[in-house]
Amino acid sequence: MHPLLAATEFEWAPLLLGVLHVALVGAFFGLPAGIFIWAERKVSARIQDRLGPTRTGGRFGWLQSAADGAKLIQKEDLAPKAADQFLFKLAPYIVVVASFSAFMFLPFADGWAAVDSDVGLFMMLAMLSLEVIGVILAGWSSASKWALFGAIREAAQMVSYEIPMAICSLVPIVLLGTLNLNEIVQIQAGDWQGGFPPMFNWMIFHPVAGPAFICYFVCATASCKRAPFDLAEAESELVAGFLTEYSGMRWSFFFLAEYASMYAVSGIAAILFLGGWDDGLGIHSWLKNLGWGGALAANLFGAVVLMKKASVLVFLQIWVRWTLPRLRIDQVMTTCLKYLIPIACTLFLAAVVYPLILVSATGRPMILPLEATGERVGHPSANDRIWHGAEAETASLSEGDE
Amino acid sequence: MWDWIESAFSLWESGLFWLFAVVACGGAVSVVISQNVVRMALGLIVSLSSVSALFFMMSADFVGATQLMVYVGGTIVLVIFGVMLTSSSKLVKIKASPADGALAAGIGVLFLATIAFTVGSVESWKASANPETRGYNYVEGGPATGNTLRPLAMSFVGLRPDAPGRSGYLLPFEIVSVHLLVVLVGAAYLARAKRRVPTDSQQQS
Repeated sequence: MHPLLAATEFEWAPLLLGVLHVALVGAFFGLPAGIFIWAERKVSARIQDRLGPTRTGGRFGWLQSAADGAKLIQKEDLAPKAADQFLFKLAPYIVVVASFSAFMFLPFADGWAAVDSDVGLFMMLAMLSLEVIGVILAGWSSASKWALFGAIREAAQMVSYEIPMAICSLVPIVLLGTLNLNEIVQIQAGDWQGGFPPMFNWMIFHPVAGPAFICYFVCATASCKRAPFDLAEAESELVAGFLTEYSGMRWSFFFLAEYASMYAVSGIAAILFLGGWDDGLGIHSWLKNLGWGGALAANLFGAVVLMKKASVLVFLQIWVRWTLPRLRIDQVMTTCLKYLIPIACTLFLAAVVYPLILVSATGRPMILPLEATGERVGHPSANDRIWHGAEAETASLSEGDE
Repeated sequence: MWDWIESAFSLWESGLFWLFAVVACGGAVSVVISQNVVRMALGLIVSLSSVSALFFMMSADFVGATQLMVYVGGTIVLVIFGVMLTSSSKLVKIKASPADGALAAGIGVLFLATIAFTVGSVESWKASANPETRGYNYVEGGPATGNTLRPLAMSFVGLRPDAPGRSGYLLPFEIVSVHLLVVLVGAAYLARAKRRVPTDSQQQS
């Protein structure tokens, strides 16, 4: 036997765990994307007074995505002669891997994330921002002017829209005091109080974070290059933009990544603003306190709730796409630089100032007579954990030194 | 020889460390070797992403994610300028003369030697067991693991839960913040729409 293999203590547990996580995340990455591609066809057809797919797999054509996949995987894998072959073939993988990596940090229920990171939101945004590299490489390496136009538009759009998107997602972060996606939902969850359902703890009902949700959603739509911001593709002006020279499986990878990214940004929106896996009527916390098996049932229920919320937001993106006309590139830039960035900055400032003003004016961190959750000033658990925890840690450390 | 390799691969961390370290160096080399501006940018992205993976392995999640966000965004801007300013014909190639290459290689080797020498000579960077020679950045119980964001954030506002009694990094943090603000204001000033002196033709129309 090779000396290297003989002497090493090879640990199988991390490998098995890794494979399990990747398989689960892959399922949640691929299956919704396929369903949304089918939904896009049906919704667009209904909006345009058509029927859409009706034959493949029964009455509603629900096997259409699978049939398309089977067709696309059989197509010849070709690249233009003038293209930079290596980059042309690499680009779809970059896009898919970037989109997939974002799902590693998305918690589907309490603690059900592949990587539970304290900077989960930041990591997700960073991973999603990698996607644009693939698009630019695809557009540039195609050696086609349409593709290059699409890529340069995409680059300009992405570099601009990342800024208001990040600032808007900072608004609930400032109000809740954590970047951990799991904790963000835990703080938003609650119980019935004085006739108000726990739904009113959600950030969307917050007077500052509510507008931030709308601003975030616009930026998220643009960051997935969805209409009315689909300048990179723009099939009526640029043939198919950065996708012009692609066909077969590599072409479908771009679409897989696009629909998965839509789901990812909608998942972020659901967690930040819509209470994540909290159903808003107290069912989740009731299930959780049920005793044996209750936590598992609560998590399963929560995962369904979160996926429903994210799917509703994806449906909203589809609806917007088939309703609004495409903007021109200068209008896209104006929307971002002259409107969205000032709005986002104002909201951020308001998120910092609002709790202070409210506490000094009313003595209470919320308008509704609820328990003080969801606010930075009066938030008992977060503040205790951060400050008093730090003091306790410091004390124990200094004792250890002596 | 085999002892060294065995110890390197006996743990997952070491294996992944070597993988990402080799990929980072390979990406850096490909930036120098390739003759095409976008391939160079790809090499840069590969190299910087691998460095961020090394940060993730050291539980420095925040630094790693910042590395991805800042450098990848920066490289994209670089690609835009590279494509706009250099590529007049399709897929243009950059060729340097052999003398330039030799010069650059010499400078690179000297720079590498300087860094290697410096790393080896700074006493406080060595994992020393002797408390007398331990540096200021020695942490009891080895490097940090798990979620490191809260200690990092608190040390930015002047608290050091990991090392009580030592000062935090409030002043450097504020200086960097003000510096970035100045850069932002400067960029906005340079990029703003200039007020033009109206010419006759514009006045007529």
